[in-house]
Amino acid sequence: MELYMSLAIGVLFTVGVYLVLTKSLLRIILGTSLLTHGVHLLLLTMSRLKTGAAPLLGQEADVYVDPLPQALILTSIVISFGVTSFFFVLAYKAYQKLGTDDMEQLRGKEDE
Amino acid sequence: MSLLHLVIILPFMFAVVSPFLHKMAQRIHTGWLILPASVFMFIYFLGRLPQVQDGERVTSSVPWIPSLGVDFTVYLDGLGLLFALLITGIGSLVILYSIFYMNKTKEAIGMFYLYLLLFMGAMLGVVLSDNLIVLYGFWELTSISSFLLIAFWYQREKSRYGALKSMLITVFGGLAMLGGFVMLYLMTGTFSIREIIGNAASMTDHSLFVPAMLLVLLGAFTKSAQFPFHIWLPDAMEAPTPVSAYLHSATMVKAGLYLVARFSPVFAGEAGWFWLVSATGIVTLTYGSYRALKQTDLKSMLAFSTISQLGLIMSLLGLGSAAAVYSGTSESLFYVKATMAGIFHLINHAVFKGALFMVAGIVDHETGTRDIRKLGGLMSVMPVTFSIAVIGTFSMAGLPPFNGFLSKEMFFTAVLNIMEMDVFHMQFLGVIFPVIAWVASIFTFVYSMLLLFKTFTGKKQFEKLEKKPHEAPLGMLLPPVVLASLAVVFGLFPNLLSYTLIEPAMAAIHPTMLLPGQQFDAAIHIWHGWTTEIFMTIGVIAFGVVLFKLHHRLKVLNQPLFSGMTLNKTYDGGLSMLDRGAKGLTDRYMTGSIRHYLIYIFIFLIVSIAVTMGSSANIRFDFSAFAPMSLYEAVIIFALIVPVIAVPFARSRMMAIILTGTAGYMVTLFFVIFRAPDLALTQMIVETVSVTLFLLCFYHLPKLKKEIVALRFKLSNFIIALGVGVVMTLIALSASSSRSFESISKFFIEESYNLAGGKNIVNVILVDFRGFDTMLEIVVLGIASYGIYALIRLKLPGEQESAGAG
Repeated sequence: MELYMSLAIGVLFTVGVYLVLTKSLLRIILGTSLLTHGVHLLLLTMSRLKTGAAPLLGQEADVYVDPLPQALILTSIVISFGVTSFFFVLAYKAYQKLGTDDMEQLRGKEDE
Repeated sequence: MSLLHLVIILPFMFAVVSPFLHKMAQRIHTGWLILPASVFMFIYFLGRLPQVQDGERVTSSVPWIPSLGVDFTVYLDGLGLLFALLITGIGSLVILYSIFYMNKTKEAIGMFYLYLLLFMGAMLGVVLSDNLIVLYGFWELTSISSFLLIAFWYQREKSRYGALKSMLITVFGGLAMLGGFVMLYLMTGTFSIREIIGNAASMTDHSLFVPAMLLVLLGAFTKSAQFPFHIWLPDAMEAPTPVSAYLHSATMVKAGLYLVARFSPVFAGEAGWFWLVSATGIVTLTYGSYRALKQTDLKSMLAFSTISQLGLIMSLLGLGSAAAVYSGTSESLFYVKATMAGIFHLINHAVFKGALFMVAGIVDHETGTRDIRKLGGLMSVMPVTFSIAVIGTFSMAGLPPFNGFLSKEMFFTAVLNIMEMDVFHMQFLGVIFPVIAWVASIFTFVYSMLLLFKTFTGKKQFEKLEKKPHEAPLGMLLPPVVLASLAVVFGLFPNLLSYTLIEPAMAAIHPTMLLPGQQFDAAIHIWHGWTTEIFMTIGVIAFGVVLFKLHHRLKVLNQPLFSGMTLNKTYDGGLSMLDRGAKGLTDRYMTGSIRHYLIYIFIFLIVSIAVTMGSSANIRFDFSAFAPMSLYEAVIIFALIVPVIAVPFARSRMMAIILTGTAGYMVTLFFVIFRAPDLALTQMIVETVSVTLFLLCFYHLPKLKKEIVALRFKLSNFIIALGVGVVMTLIALSASSSRSFESISKFFIEESYNLAGGKNIVNVILVDFRGFDTMLEIVVLGIASYGIYALIRLKLPGEQESAGAG
């Protein structure tokens, strides 16, 4: 399972980086959210998959999966959500103000 | 804290109050208030003469940074005292001169004296410090104060250019010197010069010995304007003349000589030291005297003359270092004569060059020009100035009965002696020295005569001058008169100096050569018989007179050769090349395109991780412990990968957003099958909100251009992206296959209920075990929402107008 997950993570990273390198601001944002998914799955995969029950003591299982990465991922989801929303509104504002979302055109002034 | 410390600090204290003195006492020239301080210092150092003569050393230490071995240790021996007397003596005369030279209402003299005193204190600190780091600090302070003084008339372009040039070159050398000092510290474990000298014998085999020597010499050569670092000195002539007289003839440019003399006990006896110091000196001597011939500006002439004379002293110090090879034998006393000549000429040069600069200043002040093509026939209107100039130039040319004559004879003796040497290949090369020295002396003679006769004799052409020339005021004449009298006195009674100043200084440069109680033979004879040196001098005069007479014709002849040999073009060209190169390089990689920067970052990431993984033996892939995959999971992986791969191919933005959202929901499913219920819940909500937000925004976006974007596949982007993907896959595999230690999670699972009273372990970790993370994550969300609110409410200047109009 980990092998296939690793490959899936590789695909997420490849597409994410490819999108980040494109010109359109929206695609860059979409790329970052794909990268975020890749990172979350990576965190989960690195702690081994399917080694036990869900980390709820009520299950009364002998073995539970590692709860720590889950806590880390949960924190990360919330933070990346905050950052992505902010980034997104920023991009929206940039459209409104500058009328373009082409990053090659958003280079700042010549004599800065 | 001793009196010596106070004397070094005194100029700094006066420097601080100098602008206030200027403001408060408008009616008197600030120089009058400063003068007593410098005279007091001079008298203090004169009073130390007998003490130092008896071999008694004044030393005192004030802790500064004891843990690093950096203490403000002062040390007064023959060499330090000689320089201290020059600094304070000529300093007093220059202050007196500047009182009449600088106009108290038109010039910012408060600042002038601030800089000058700063320089004086720094210079005293350089020559009296025993600690290398303290010495370096004072050394850089001389560079800075010199920079400020050269650019004193900062409104002028040339002043700023000269100041910058001298700053760049001397600071470059200063930093090299600091490197040398650090190496000396590494070799000996102490910053104290005396202790380093004590350890000198054990250092010669150290691998840092030669680098340290080269770096210290680089500092000395740049400061003392040695070839090819001499180029800053002629441009420093844009400074007010008192500054030129003080800094650029008598004191600062001799700091390099001081350094060479001070470190002679460490490095002398080394072939590298001998050759570098004496060859650089002799090249500088010849080149400087050669170039001085071509100048038409009085101060430029004096600047090149200073360069040449500094080269002479430098080469003498180099030749004198040969004495260390013969240490303990009678031959060493034979070669030590070169050191004696060097010290004697150092004093002489400070005396006559100071006087000559002041003469140039008087001529400038009273006629409005320093160009010798416009000057002439000033002898009858300025008789006193003329007399001073005669003494100064004759002394510089090495004519009897002035002091320059004696030092030139001693110089010839030293270069003739060097032919006797049988080390450093001198048996073959030794003969070069006297020949070059002799030729350089002829040039010196010619430019000295040009300087004198072009200015004061010949046709009177006063109509070309801005002012009607007349004799300078008494106060302006007094300092050069004092210096000129000294030139005569030292010429007629050289033994006034020999055992008071020269012998103790020699003892400081060659500390190990004498047994306790012994003294160097420092007697200087004004007449030493019909020796080779006398005939050489006669030859110099004869050839010099011929060359002086033929000068006009030769000048035309040599014009292209001279102008082609300038190093200024190299400096200017190098500086602008550096400028353009740096700009070109920056323009090339700082393109302003975010894609380029991301490419740099990703390539670095790929390369660094790939190299680390390739070279590390600890990274291995072990698939044995991996969980098996069921069909259900295979379907989900497939369902994740397909929309993800489709995102770049989506032609509309809406489609891309929806595909990304699909990938997010697939991740939710993964969280479900990997036993992470809280994650699945959060991920689903977050994904829903984000996709809604995305779609909402893009639905309402006004006047969007065509939503369909042209898709262009970029191979370079793809290769980089693939590289990142492969690297991340490898990291994921290697990280999940090896586990070097047990997870901490056992603790959380066991203690979640016992310690925190919760059965949902993830939630217990979030709010109890690692509650800090959660708190700050809430802060992040808060900041993000504030930021979004501010962004939406923000009215940019352009928008406000259109809103008003609408």
